Amino acid sequence: MKFGVVVFPGSNCDHDAYCAAEIMGQEAQFLWHESRDLQGSDVVILPGGFSYGDYLRTGAIARFAPILSSIKEFASRGGLVIGICNGFQILLEAGLLPGAMLRNRNLKFICRQVNIRVENAFTSFTNACSERQVLQVPIAHAEGNYFADPDTLIGLENSGQIVFRYCTPSGEITPEANPNGSLNNIAGIMSRKGNVLGMMPHPERACNPLLGSSDGRLIFASLIRAISLMGASKPELIKAR
Amino acid sequence: MPSITAELVEQHHLIPEEYQKILEILGREPTITELGIFSVMWSEHCSYKSSRVHLKRLPTRGEAVVQGPGENAGIIDIGHGYVCAFKIESHNHPSFVEPFQGAATGVGGILRDIFTMGARPIAIMDSLRFGPIAESGFAGPPGTKPVNAYFNRRILRGVVSGIAHYGNCFGVPTIGGEAVFEPCYQNNPLVNAFALGIAKKDQIFYGRAGGSGNPVIYVGAKTGKDGIHGASLLASSEFSGSDGQQKRPNVQVGDPFLEKLLLEACLKAMQTGAVVGIQDMGAAGLTCSTCEMGGRGGTGIEIELDRVPQRETGMSSYEIMLSESQERMLLVAQRGREEEVYQVFRKWGLDAVEIGTVIDKPVLRVRQHGELVAEIPNDALTEEAPVYNRPIASPQRIVPLDPSVRIHARTGDELAQDLLKLLSAPAIASKRWIYEQYDTMVRTNTAVGPGSDAALLHVKETGQGLAMALDGNGRYCFLDPRRGARLAVAESSRNVSVTGARPLAATNCLNFGNPEKPEIMWQFYEVVEGIREACEALQIPITGGNVSFYNETDGRGIYPTPVLGIVGVLNRVESHVTLTFPEEGLTILLLGKHNISQQDFEIIFGSSQYAQTVLQSIWGLPPDVDLEREKKVQACCRQLIQAGLVRSAHDISDGGLAVAVAECCFGKNVGATIEIAQNENPLQWLFSEDPSQIMVTVHLDQVAETSRIAGQYNLSVAVLGTTGGNSLKISFDRQPLFEVPISLMKNLYESALEAAIEKI
Repeated sequence: MKFGVVVFPGSNCDHDAYCAAEIMGQEAQFLWHESRDLQGSDVVILPGGFSYGDYLRTGAIARFAPILSSIKEFASRGGLVIGICNGFQILLEAGLLPGAMLRNRNLKFICRQVNIRVENAFTSFTNACSERQVLQVPIAHAEGNYFADPDTLIGLENSGQIVFRYCTPSGEITPEANPNGSLNNIAGIMSRKGNVLGMMPHPERACNPLLGSSDGRLIFASLIRAISLMGASKPELIKAR
Repeated sequence: MPSITAELVEQHHLIPEEYQKILEILGREPTITELGIFSVMWSEHCSYKSSRVHLKRLPTRGEAVVQGPGENAGIIDIGHGYVCAFKIESHNHPSFVEPFQGAATGVGGILRDIFTMGARPIAIMDSLRFGPIAESGFAGPPGTKPVNAYFNRRILRGVVSGIAHYGNCFGVPTIGGEAVFEPCYQNNPLVNAFALGIAKKDQIFYGRAGGSGNPVIYVGAKTGKDGIHGASLLASSEFSGSDGQQKRPNVQVGDPFLEKLLLEACLKAMQTGAVVGIQDMGAAGLTCSTCEMGGRGGTGIEIELDRVPQRETGMSSYEIMLSESQERMLLVAQRGREEEVYQVFRKWGLDAVEIGTVIDKPVLRVRQHGELVAEIPNDALTEEAPVYNRPIASPQRIVPLDPSVRIHARTGDELAQDLLKLLSAPAIASKRWIYEQYDTMVRTNTAVGPGSDAALLHVKETGQGLAMALDGNGRYCFLDPRRGARLAVAESSRNVSVTGARPLAATNCLNFGNPEKPEIMWQFYEVVEGIREACEALQIPITGGNVSFYNETDGRGIYPTPVLGIVGVLNRVESHVTLTFPEEGLTILLLGKHNISQQDFEIIFGSSQYAQTVLQSIWGLPPDVDLEREKKVQACCRQLIQAGLVRSAHDISDGGLAVAVAECCFGKNVGATIEIAQNENPLQWLFSEDPSQIMVTVHLDQVAETSRIAGQYNLSVAVLGTTGGNSLKISFDRQPLFEVPISLMKNLYESALEAAIEKI
């Protein structure tokens, strides 16, 4: 199974995502932003970093990259795409996920371990987790304050598209557990079809207990399981609730 | 072409004797461009003219040293075919003038120094010093100007966001450092940036121009008018009056995104095998890189400025040669293989232009529009730059040797209050507000991040751990530069040792006032001696570093502040320990406990954080570290960790034992019960900052084995108490002295810095 990790100029978590795939015993390959070839990847990872310097807005330039048109096409066929941090920001700018990012509530970059609760364990990204399981995964961003208009937000809530929320260590969703001011403590959402996930926390940084947590492995393990279930024909994905 | 007047020479910070030397070297009057070139290359910042004679005394050899001082960074061998390159550099003056860009470009500059050696940067640390950020508190030794806390907070906020801006985007974790607050840094903040990278041993690159006829290629950002004379006007003179505003145009502007591209492109270009030598353009920009590369390679470099990528039209040769625009590198490629290099840079969207060639004649030759605008022998700019053995005179002490306040016996309640006060002092309190703004985890190697004695990185390639710590103590050095410098080396090394790692080598950043003052040169001399003594005793060679003089404003200098960065290696990263008490029921031991007389205590107590924070006073001398014992304590601690006996380890430093124990309680909310014996003085026992002591925890049934091993080092082991409970309980002579809940201590410790900084 192949993980394709997109490299934009300014990506800096590309190697980490690559390593995480390897830790999970999978093959990984880099996909250059100027190429349109996904090289047969089963999953595409848009990694964290500062694509194109994040000039203008985070992710605003990356959406025009040649590789993005291939990713959009891949996603429209049901291909699995995960955007982490800057990757999430890019997915929002590219219209693959709804909503937008604001600067963090405290207007500062924040890097720390946070707890997130699995809100939907019936997805290609969380099927190895249990419902409401609390994962410890770090964040590192200046713009992760998720925003969407009320209708979009209700839509996300009602169709089970909210995959992760910031929570306390015991799993409560409280304002104090929200590091950046995201609406409804949102840490990660997926597309209506359930094959595109954007999340601000970095699961690739939580794959080795030496670094403080290995909960991120559950997300990669879920992807691996989802792909093996999909088989070669790549049928429709496990449906969202 | 303007003829060179005495006034012009003075504006270039060259003294008449130096100008005379220029005339002799050239045998003619210099052009204005040449005058500019001499001025930057002979500036204190680039030439080390006041410090060179002293720096020679530092030990620079050791079995692990692959590259000592003189290159862009020092290199040590960590085994398994890998080396690590590391260095520390100051960006003090720019950070005062423009905190955000000053600090950001400080980080950018040190990162380039690392990857120009062929090493991929994997860690950043920063040693920061500011004026007090709280209105009340210690006001400094006699004669210190009134504290302007608002101003200091502004500088702190700017510096921290500048570092975050650069490091986070570049994609290297900022994993440690220090933040210290003293009145003397109010108008002279110190920003010392450290970076470390790793490379394969057979893939190291040097800043040498080799092979006559080879193309000299300029890569990276375009040259603009920013940072002209940064090295000579900013970093090589003191501030006065409104300089803070007026010198702003001398500060460079950084673009971390561009540097990230430059990093990837340079490392890739190096892999082609077509690169002969490479050097970054930092201080003194194109001037420094061309003459140094020629100098080291025994060749010359001839360039045509018309080919230099420029941000604006009409730049003069003077401006192009002296610009300190960031994110630029100069490399020499093999003739005939240039295209391989260009291809890489094209892929990353960067300029790569042949601007000249390597020539046989050992000169720097510069043309513009085909006309010769400068031709200077390399040696004149590098090896033969002026060197001064400046006069030295020991100054009068301005603080007394004996206590300036009466040290009363304290009640238990008072001692508890004192502890809380120390835990909430900005210098001791958690630096979370600062380091949470840094990406501390990118690259997924950070086994131990900020907030520990030393940071520890996992080296994926070898399975090793790399421990690193930055330490300095200006207050100690102010009271006694030699003792203070010895302590800085000892503490930095000890911080590496308590992780379990063996210290291998050091880099140093020496921050001082105006070297033209004999008493400042005396401080410098003493500090170098102190570092030499300690590095020799602990067998830690110095592989490079940086000197920053002229940290003065309106005639007032900073405390002499050497900062030591020590790197150590641990064979298996998993075997490290941290300072946190991991569980209840462990025995807390103190390695290297030693007794000092009441009289000595009263003198050294004046250098402590307690004297400053609680008594709001300063007197006496810093502790006189016994380097032999220091060495044994560290070696013993490492052996105990390797033997798997030790569950946690933390050294005793700022704030003494009481603060050290409290810090160990916070990580897992495991408290401690501590017994002070009847023959001790509780105040001294709790708050004295005696060096060469390490607190470790072990299982009860391994106390004997621990003592046996310590005995082999001829070290005493004192039982301090046991871990457990949710408070810190201290008893004296079997009577309860005080008890403080962890929650109370932790709350103050975690929130104090933020509360002080976020105040508007």
